Amino acid sequence: MSFEPVIGLEVHVHMKTASKMFCGCAVHYGGEPNHQVCPVCLALPGALPVPNREAIALAVRAGLAVGGEVHSRSVFARKNYFYPDLPKGYQISQFEEPVITGGGVEIEVDGEVRRIPLTRIHMEEDAGKSVHGEEEREDESHMDLNRAGTPLLEIVSEPELRSAAEASAYLRALRRILRYIDVSDADMEKGQLRCDVNLSLRPTGSDVLGTRTEVKNLNSFRYVEAAIEAEIQRQTGVLEEGGEIIQATMQFDPERRTTSVMRVKENADDYRYFPDPDLVPLALDAARIAEVRAALPELPAEKRARFEVEHGLSEYDARLLVATRPLADFFEAVTRAHGDAKTVANWIGRDVRGALKERERDLEETALTAPALSALLKLVDSGRVTPRSAREVLGVLMDEGGDPESLVGERGLEAVSDTGALEAAVDEVLAAHPDDVERFRAGEAKVLNFLMGQVMRRTGGKASPGLVREILARRLEG
Amino acid sequence: MSDPLGGVAELRGALDDRRVSAVELVRAACARARALDLNAFTHLREEAALAEAEDSDARRARGEARSPLEGIPVALKDNVCQAGEPAQCASRILEGWKSPYDATAVARLRAAGAIVVGRTNMDEFAMGSSTENSVHGPARNPWDPECAPGGSSGGSAVAVAAGVVPAALGSDTGGSIRQPASFCGVVGMKPTYGRVSRYGLVAFASSLDQIGPFARTVEDATLVLEAIAGHDPCDATSIPEPAPALAGALSGDVSGLVIGLPREYFASDGADPEVLAAVRTAVAELEQAGAKTREVSLPHTPYAVATYYLVATAEASSNLARYDGVRYGRRAERVGDLLDMYRRTRSEGFGAEVKRRILLGTYVLSAGYYDAYYRKAQQVRTLLRRDFEEAFAACDVIATPTAPETAFRLGERAADPLRMYLSDVFTVSAPLAGIPALSVPCGFVDGLPVGLQLMGRALDEASLLRVADAYQRRSDWHERRPPEAA
Ligand SMILES: [Zn+2]
Repeated sequence: MSFEPVIGLEVHVHMKTASKMFCGCAVHYGGEPNHQVCPVCLALPGALPVPNREAIALAVRAGLAVGGEVHSRSVFARKNYFYPDLPKGYQISQFEEPVITGGGVEIEVDGEVRRIPLTRIHMEEDAGKSVHGEEEREDESHMDLNRAGTPLLEIVSEPELRSAAEASAYLRALRRILRYIDVSDADMEKGQLRCDVNLSLRPTGSDVLGTRTEVKNLNSFRYVEAAIEAEIQRQTGVLEEGGEIIQATMQFDPERRTTSVMRVKENADDYRYFPDPDLVPLALDAARIAEVRAALPELPAEKRARFEVEHGLSEYDARLLVATRPLADFFEAVTRAHGDAKTVANWIGRDVRGALKERERDLEETALTAPALSALLKLVDSGRVTPRSAREVLGVLMDEGGDPESLVGERGLEAVSDTGALEAAVDEVLAAHPDDVERFRAGEAKVLNFLMGQVMRRTGGKASPGLVREILARRLEG
Repeated sequence: MSDPLGGVAELRGALDDRRVSAVELVRAACARARALDLNAFTHLREEAALAEAEDSDARRARGEARSPLEGIPVALKDNVCQAGEPAQCASRILEGWKSPYDATAVARLRAAGAIVVGRTNMDEFAMGSSTENSVHGPARNPWDPECAPGGSSGGSAVAVAAGVVPAALGSDTGGSIRQPASFCGVVGMKPTYGRVSRYGLVAFASSLDQIGPFARTVEDATLVLEAIAGHDPCDATSIPEPAPALAGALSGDVSGLVIGLPREYFASDGADPEVLAAVRTAVAELEQAGAKTREVSLPHTPYAVATYYLVATAEASSNLARYDGVRYGRRAERVGDLLDMYRRTRSEGFGAEVKRRILLGTYVLSAGYYDAYYRKAQQVRTLLRRDFEEAFAACDVIATPTAPETAFRLGERAADPLRMYLSDVFTVSAPLAGIPALSVPCGFVDGLPVGLQLMGRALDEASLLRVADAYQRRSDWHERRPPEAA
């Protein structure tokens, strides 16, 4: 029997606000422990929470961006449990009435585009961090509450993902949206995006759901994929041996790439949720939602459509260019400076993206600027630099920056347009390949490309291709 | 030396005429607090208060008195935070903790020039009706030291009744201001929910808790309420209305005003007949003054106590989760693992009544019971609120006894929590409905004070104060002094 995985993701992201969810403390990463705290986020007796308006606006923005329904009434609820990093002994979250329900995220896997529906998006607050004692004090635990109260969005997908690749594509798509709309930097290394995976198996084709397990707190895309694969494998093994899946919280061991049971859920966890009596229900009137909608930045799909119409790009090119907001903004900036959107799209879509991939970097992490790329492309247009040399300069612009014109000069990358030198190179090539010359003359036109390649190689790629083609044609006809 | 039993109005006159200084008032208040054997105070801050009194005297000398409360000594219930002072809430678990911040109400009192002399005894975390559930031992009723002063704000009621301070703050969740006010023969008011900021009030049940004043006269209580009321952005449940100007309400004129008498509260088996008689006499006095009366009905009253104990304990079970020994307060020593630390810290830190309510509240919110208890209680709460809305369509204020009896003897109910809970029968409805209510002295039974409770429409503190003040103009119960304070 073959099994089909049924996967849903719960994603927690830190919202990009100046202050915490329910107090005025700054959200600040890497500060001195317990220095971004106040009576409210320390849960001192008598302190009360007040919701952060900015966080609410960001939650609404996220909801609008994924096409969800923004509720005019939502309720903050207390999730009660004891843990030392949870100062109040409860987390303020939303439960029965979240701020957003529905919506979806479009993913593309193997050329197939699918919309993964969302169950809900709600606001909550993060906990602090446990810092366990080292060496001589290893029996001690310390609490750093700087993070306590950081505004979080929890984004829950429907169990509509079918593979690790889909889960990964979903996470990337979600992260892209959140970054586009400036709701979160969603930097996994900083713990700004964490993911819980709910996973069950069912016989392929069946619509009965199996018992699911939850793999908690995955903080990198690679771990999410690896954990899903490991858990699929584990559950498949259990089922194939006629065993039964036990509802449990799992942990993922990245070293061994295996999942193991952390805690069996004998009953559903009882968090004794109830509406937080310190907070009134959150009311969002149409005007406030409209205000957020008006400030909503252009989303990837809208941008793609605009690029097709405004810049005459193919759907394929447009899709590549809107992959991230910095890339799309970069494309527009270079196009403004250079003038020809298609040329710019080709270069960014192929060469810039290729070079980024090689370097495993994001555009923002390189030294490349829009004016520099525009200047470089103009050098190519005028024939002063061959595309091949330009690619070399592009690498330098990314790694070190600089002025394309001077880089070309310093590195001797000016295109060879000295007709005498090129004619000599062509003659050498023709002399070295008499058979190919014969075949061309016998009507095999494509041999010309081979001969051109040989000339380019001989000139170190600096020959102006137009000029080479012209000389070759003349010589071969003669 | 001024009469230590003077009210705000008299003290203010004496201060203005330089017959007394704020420094002298603070000294006298502290001396009196120490001299009385009523266990009303848990902490006196004499030195700091004297320094503040000096500043206050200097302001007055410069003609810069901040308000009618300038230089007036006041006391705080030990669950209202003041920067640099303990707020132990009569609990072992908050032993040694000092608040780094002022409650909004305290900041406003101080901004008005009032001087906090100390902190008063209470039932632990405001859970109780007798001020017996205190790590400091019970407070005593100045009218009879063998009797309870009521609770949970017993210490504040005693401090005012015994003439230590002319005014004090308490907190009321199910009657914790009004019932001790009734038992001690002073005025105590629970404002409309959201009228006074809860920021800095150590939470018992967030949807019910309100800070309010104790004073000997309605006039003085009004001055304190005006000082502490008004919107506070630090409390999301605070009503976005400015502090009401209430002095104009104290005209003594109640002609045409309709007083509703809910038949459920006057049932013959519901209260001590002598208490009922005192209340009826007080109402008759108000009729003499021109008020009209009519019978009204609050049909869901029989469910109020049960509803109150479901809502209040549910919220308390969550509100008190923060006392875990991790960040402040008392932590059990020599603990094993984390669970052991929680278990022992909380077992040793909380008293029996607090534990009982945490357990009850945890149960009420548990999966499988939530709908039957918590949700149901919220539904009944809506019905209770509607009862009042309908009643207030036919009357302006509602008059009832504050408590079904006068002060009971210390220890008498300690072993019978249910009987203790039932003594809140007349006071729990107002906080459930969020409406204002006060207790004003209206007589004595066997030498112990009786309180008349007045309940009003939400935000209509003015009518309550008008009627209560009119009553005080026609009665002298508030001028009698308890033997222990003589
Ligand atoms: Zn804070």
